[in-house]
Amino acid sequence: MAMTFVSSPHSARVNRVDQVMLQVCLALVPGTLALVWFFGWGVLINMALATLFAVLAEALVMKLRGRPALPAISDYSAVVTALLFALTIPPTMPWWMTMLGIVFAIVIVKQLYGGIGYNPFNPAMAGYVFLLISYPVATTSWLPPDVPALLEARELSTLSFLDSARLIFMGALPEGLTWDAVSAATPLDEMRTLLDQGQTIDEIRASSPLWGSFGGRGWEWVGNWFLLGGLYLLWRRVISWEIPVAVLGGLLAASAAFWLVDPQHFPFPGFHLFSGAAILGAFFIATDPVSACTTRRGQLIYGAAIGGTIFAIRTWGGYPDAVAFAVLLMNIAAPMIDQYSQPRVFGHRRSERKKA
Amino acid sequence: MSGLRSLLPGGQRKLWHFHGGVHLPDEKTLSNGCPVAAAPLPTQLMLPLQQHIGAPARCRVSVGDKVLKGQLIAEPQGYISAPVHASSSGTVVAIESRPIPHPSGLSAPCVVIETDGEERWAELPAPLAASAAELDACDPAALRERIRASGIVGMGGASFPTNVKLNPGKDQPIDTVVINGAECEPYITCDDLLMRERAADIVDGVRVMLHLVQAKRALIGVEDNKPDAAAALNRAIADAGVDDRVEVVVIPTLYPSGGEKQLIRILTGKEVPSHGIPAQIGIVCQNVGTAAAVADAVLRGQPLIERLVTVTGRGVVEPRNYRVPIGISAEALIAASGGYRGELAKLVAGGPMMGFRLDTDLVPITKATNCLLALTPEESPDPGAPLPCIRCGRCAEVCPANLLPQQLYWHARAKELDKVQDYNLFDCIECGCCAHVCPSHIPLVQYYRFAKTESWAREQEKRAADHARERHAAREARLERQERERKAKLRKKKEAVAAGGTKPAAAGAKPAAGGAKPAVGGAKSAPAGAQSTADAKAKSEAATAATEDRADKQALIEAARRRAAEKKAMLAKAQETTAPPADQDASAQDDAAATTKRAQPREAVVADQE
Repeated sequence: MAMTFVSSPHSARVNRVDQVMLQVCLALVPGTLALVWFFGWGVLINMALATLFAVLAEALVMKLRGRPALPAISDYSAVVTALLFALTIPPTMPWWMTMLGIVFAIVIVKQLYGGIGYNPFNPAMAGYVFLLISYPVATTSWLPPDVPALLEARELSTLSFLDSARLIFMGALPEGLTWDAVSAATPLDEMRTLLDQGQTIDEIRASSPLWGSFGGRGWEWVGNWFLLGGLYLLWRRVISWEIPVAVLGGLLAASAAFWLVDPQHFPFPGFHLFSGAAILGAFFIATDPVSACTTRRGQLIYGAAIGGTIFAIRTWGGYPDAVAFAVLLMNIAAPMIDQYSQPRVFGHRRSERKKA
Repeated sequence: MSGLRSLLPGGQRKLWHFHGGVHLPDEKTLSNGCPVAAAPLPTQLMLPLQQHIGAPARCRVSVGDKVLKGQLIAEPQGYISAPVHASSSGTVVAIESRPIPHPSGLSAPCVVIETDGEERWAELPAPLAASAAELDACDPAALRERIRASGIVGMGGASFPTNVKLNPGKDQPIDTVVINGAECEPYITCDDLLMRERAADIVDGVRVMLHLVQAKRALIGVEDNKPDAAAALNRAIADAGVDDRVEVVVIPTLYPSGGEKQLIRILTGKEVPSHGIPAQIGIVCQNVGTAAAVADAVLRGQPLIERLVTVTGRGVVEPRNYRVPIGISAEALIAASGGYRGELAKLVAGGPMMGFRLDTDLVPITKATNCLLALTPEESPDPGAPLPCIRCGRCAEVCPANLLPQQLYWHARAKELDKVQDYNLFDCIECGCCAHVCPSHIPLVQYYRFAKTESWAREQEKRAADHARERHAAREARLERQERERKAKLRKKKEAVAAGGTKPAAAGAKPAAGGAKPAVGGAKSAPAGAQSTADAKAKSEAATAATEDRADKQALIEAARRRAAEKKAMLAKAQETTAPPADQDASAQDDAAATTKRAQPREAVVADQE
């Protein structure tokens, strides 16, 4: 009898890669629903498109590499990449841009490095950054959240499912509407633009109905739902607490330090936490195991550095949000952090810990 | 858990933690429901000469000999070794290689005894003390000698000679004896049953150990899934009146709490140094089974000829514990349990986490065999082809040695043997937690065993090369010296000739015995006369002696060559059995055949529960 696993342990394995990936998909549900609620059907269309292209690209590359495609597809890692990627792009993104981004993520960033487990960079974030650099306007034009008071104040319209589909597939706006009537800058974008114009935080917040208790109205509630999914992942032990806590801790600490010094020119920490992709990034993106640190202390350093970098790029960088850049930058540093953060092995003294 | 602890006597003791570990379904109720049964006497017993760590025992019987139960049939060779006794009376019918329960699946020399069914005992040595209370009068050296002569080795799995462990030396004072009753591996219940049924003997054995190492206290660690065992031990301790020195400590059930280093950590907070032994931190660790065997030897004069074995798994009809004569075949024991049931995935010696698969059930139960586990495909499903590592880090979370299993895996896979040692491969206890939780189903432990064996092999090669280099250098030096001496002699002779003015008389008459240069030279340069004859005679005698000496040397060299050739053959064979795990890339699923090859014996590995 040929057995592939003769060595101990002989116990039934308790985890499986595909189950881990499916848990991540499941955990994305509440956040996704919140996004759909505020930003319309485009979110779902993007997710479907990205998943389709991701799976096709993965299968194609496996074929080209002369390997069976089915096992690679059925680990659902391409699906997770596609979903995360789709959540970061605007719900108005033309379909071919979505395709380009996800194909870049799967083919160049993931498969050219050897496929699952070998990619040094987070594929979803690399795909997003690819689009952000190539098509900056399309990638940063978001819809306004579906908050009636806000829509009225700015005379904006929302898009129906058909409108969204037409926009994504044919680039056609609903009749009688201009691009300005359907799009709006993200709160992060607006905040930095106005700050750059020399306004104080108080002036900015008073100037527009855009602002809610923390970040922008509508926007600020999406994070909570992603947080819910993140807690589910923690509970199911799909992720460990170190990276999300360190990312959010790093972001809060950095923003709090500056806010305490100058609250008129630096938004308060809650704004950073509930704006942009901070929570999604902390729980779903920075925790991508392949490209993150693996030692416990390394994960804390890695996460805190991501948090700090998010704040730095948001505050002084050239782009409104920074999660993707921060994650990719720390991906570069992860192997070195791992090297210098090895735990003390049982029976060894701390001083004799391996340093190089 | 602290609530539970406080309910039990002595439960206030502070417990420490080790990193990681996994909670496993313990599966103990399969076999712990009914009392220990005596296994039926088999018609044949196979007794391997090596059932312990150290040198194999030397056989003292021949084919055809009648042996009695408890009779010595093989004696220890050297300090780290153990004797073997006949576990029943009968006739020696063969002394030959038989398959033994070993991860390598190799055969080893066994004494095969055809039992006569009469169970006639040999004359046993007198007890060294009438009861454990009278131990204080006993000479520790005599006690150790008795333990050694009784063939007692660690019965938790590692089977290190117990007398050696109980002789830590004067420079290593022992403060605590840790008794391992944790039995953390799922399925196994023989220690549980032993503690329930022979608690008093265990306590007696512990008292012997305390006396031997002059320790202040003994801590018996028992996992909290065995409350009956803990209660029985507590009663036995109270009955013996040793509550002040022996304490049962109930510990939370967490695999691998029964690992020697882990249990010591839990009970005392101390860590056994890497590459070190517990004695260095004032601790001796022994299994409960070993304690009972020590009591048998010291108080009853009975050698180690039987042990408890759990026969369990859903692949046998009636899982339960047996008291078995050592040397009974696994097949006979399975038959006693009603035989196999349904489809069998594998038969394992030991537990599901650290046990090894048996290729055949025609192997004997040895002193170290604590469990026969017949696993069905549902209990031990084929984990399928391994997927690429996704670096999730769960392996590092559960590693009780706080290693980075993932890094070890990458480097072991790349055969970077220096790197794996940088990542402390040799601190790995092969508990299997990492492989158990790995979502990619990578056979991590197999990789580590492979890397360890490769490292040992390389170390050995290096030593051999160094040795060869030294020998070569020594030979060069010798040849040079001889050349120098020859030239010096020649020069001397020439000077002598020049001074004397006469030519040597018998330049051509070299003694036939030849080869011995001093003799030749002496004869040649000897002046004529009676004096020279006597001289020549003495010298030719010396030459003969030298020749004989040379013949001896020749024989020695021959023997050494033979030994070297044997060693080489053995090494080659060992290499065959340590094929590297198949490349686990997604492309290598057809390499299944290569993965079925076995990992090498793991002598230096701390086995569970020793």
